Amino acid sequence: MQTRRETLKHSLAVAGLLAAAGFPQFAHAAYNKTAFDAKSVQDAVKAAGGASLAESKDVTLTAPDIAENGAVVPMGVSTALPGVKQLLILVEKNPSALVAIFHGSDSLDNNFLTRAKMGQSSDVYAVAILADGKALWAKKEVKVTLGGCGG
Amino acid sequence: MADPMRIRAQAAGDKATVRVLMSHEMETGQRKDAAGKIVPAWHIQEVTASHNGKQVLSAEWGPAVSKNPFMQFVVKGAKAGDKIAVTWKDNRGDTRTDEATVS
Repeated sequence: MQTRRETLKHSLAVAGLLAAAGFPQFAHAAYNKTAFDAKSVQDAVKAAGGASLAESKDVTLTAPDIAENGAVVPMGVSTALPGVKQLLILVEKNPSALVAIFHGSDSLDNNFLTRAKMGQSSDVYAVAILADGKALWAKKEVKVTLGGCGG
Repeated sequence: MADPMRIRAQAAGDKATVRVLMSHEMETGQRKDAAGKIVPAWHIQEVTASHNGKQVLSAEWGPAVSKNPFMQFVVKGAKAGDKIAVTWKDNRGDTRTDEATVS
């Protein structure tokens, strides 16, 4: 026989499932854990849905040459290309390369700016993943004089 | 409940630049405390933004985004008086929404 406590537990579980499923507007908004766990730039881009990597002049990465404080490094990614599905920012030598994924939409310019932590001097990548799975990247080396991880 | 975000949205021509400053610890899960134990990860995972109630941006963040994160994006077709709302959700399930008016 089911106690009241068990019944409550079950209904909670069902409510949780419904909440997880009931997010249809942005179906891809589910957190892409595989991509964020990936260690290397290639793995992270692959996990985010990018197939063929190619360097491109159409993707712009804004980052400083030298970051005095690795805990706060301003990074921006922008592109004028049409049909961009996602814009990624990655730091190659961080424990997990992926910093952020931005999902563009028609009502946004593909131009995002944020701040990231860097453990050490490293190449920073901006990757634009197009609707057909092509991944175009630009990179820049950023020198860090004071690490941001571990402190 | 976390502290409120600071959102500034400025219209220029037919676009508006939105700058958001969130208040969050953004713990990476790599750091150790004084006793040598790993401080569990605690960071914002999902960020969404809407313009007059219509969602325009969704982003996923890893722990490498800085403490008290800053984000800037450009909304097309936004003009003075429009509402921009930003929501974040962290890996503990905490969430916060704040709204600003384009000026």
